[in-house]
Amino acid sequence: MIVDVIISICLVVGGIFGIVGSYGLIKLQDTMQRLHAPTKATTLGVGGVLVASMLYFLFKEDTYTFHELLISAFLFLTAPITAHFMAKTHIRMRELRGTLPETQRKHGWSLYDTPPEMLTDPPADEVKSLESR
Amino acid sequence: MLKKLIPHPLLSLTLTVVWLMLVNKFSLGNLLLGGVLGLLIPVLTAPYWPGRPNVRGPFKMVEYVLIVIWDIIVANVEVALLILFKPNRDLKSAWVTVPLDLRSPEAITVLAGTITMTPGTVSAMLSSCGTSILVHCLHTDDPEAVRDEIKNRYERRLKEIFQ
Repeated sequence: MIVDVIISICLVVGGIFGIVGSYGLIKLQDTMQRLHAPTKATTLGVGGVLVASMLYFLFKEDTYTFHELLISAFLFLTAPITAHFMAKTHIRMRELRGTLPETQRKHGWSLYDTPPEMLTDPPADEVKSLESR
Repeated sequence: MLKKLIPHPLLSLTLTVVWLMLVNKFSLGNLLLGGVLGLLIPVLTAPYWPGRPNVRGPFKMVEYVLIVIWDIIVANVEVALLILFKPNRDLKSAWVTVPLDLRSPEAITVLAGTITMTPGTVSAMLSSCGTSILVHCLHTDDPEAVRDEIKNRYERRLKEIFQ
C-alpha cells in the first residue's frame, strides 16, 4: 500500500517535471534559454520514472533490475554532449564575438581562435605516449 | 607486463559492471563473460586512450555524486518555478566566464557535464586553450556568484579527485 503511494508520487513528480520542461520549450524566448528546459526533463523527469520503475520491480515483482541505473548513467553521459553541440551551433549562427564575455585567458573562445599546440602543462604520461608514437 | 595486459583497470571494472547490469542477472557465467569483455576491450582500444586519468579518493567521488544529485533536485524546482511563474521580460539570462584551475581533460569534461546537468546553467564552449569555460545562465541577478559557486562547489572537489 505505502509502496503504491510512493511509486505513484515518483511517477507524478516525473510527469510534472516532464511537462514543465516541455512547456518551457514553448514559453522561453531564445535558443539558449530553451536549452535549459530539456535538461530538466532528462534529470528529474526521467529520474522520477526510473525510480518508480525500480521500486515497482523490487516490491511488486520481487526482482531487482539495474537497467534503470544504466539508463540514467547513459543519459548523464549523452545529454551534456548534445546540449554542448546545440549551444555551439547557436553561437556559430546567432552570436557575435562581441556579445560573449572575455575568456580571461590568453586565448579566445574555441570557435573563433585556433587552439595553441597543446594544453598548458599536459600530464607527464601523456607527453610520453605522444613521443612514443 | 601487467600494464600491457590491463591498461585501464578502472575501465575494465566499469565495463564488467556495465555488462552485468545489462544482462541484469548475476551468475558466474555472466561474470566471466563480462570479465573477458572488460579485459579485451581496453586492450583493443588502448591506442585511443592516450593518458590514464589520475583518480583517487573513492569517498570523495561518492560525496561529489551525492552533492550533484542533491543540486539537480534543488535546481530543478528552482527552474520549474522560473518557467511557470516568471514573465519572460523579467528573465535575466547571462553568459558567465568561468576560468578553470583544472587541467586534466577528464576533470574538465566532468565539470562541463555537471554544469549542464544541473538545470539553470549550460556549459556552452571552452576557450581554445581549454582553460576557461563559457556558461549560459537562465536567470541570475549576480553572474559572479554563479561563477564562484561553480568554482567552490564543483571545481574544488573535482580538483581533489583528479589531481
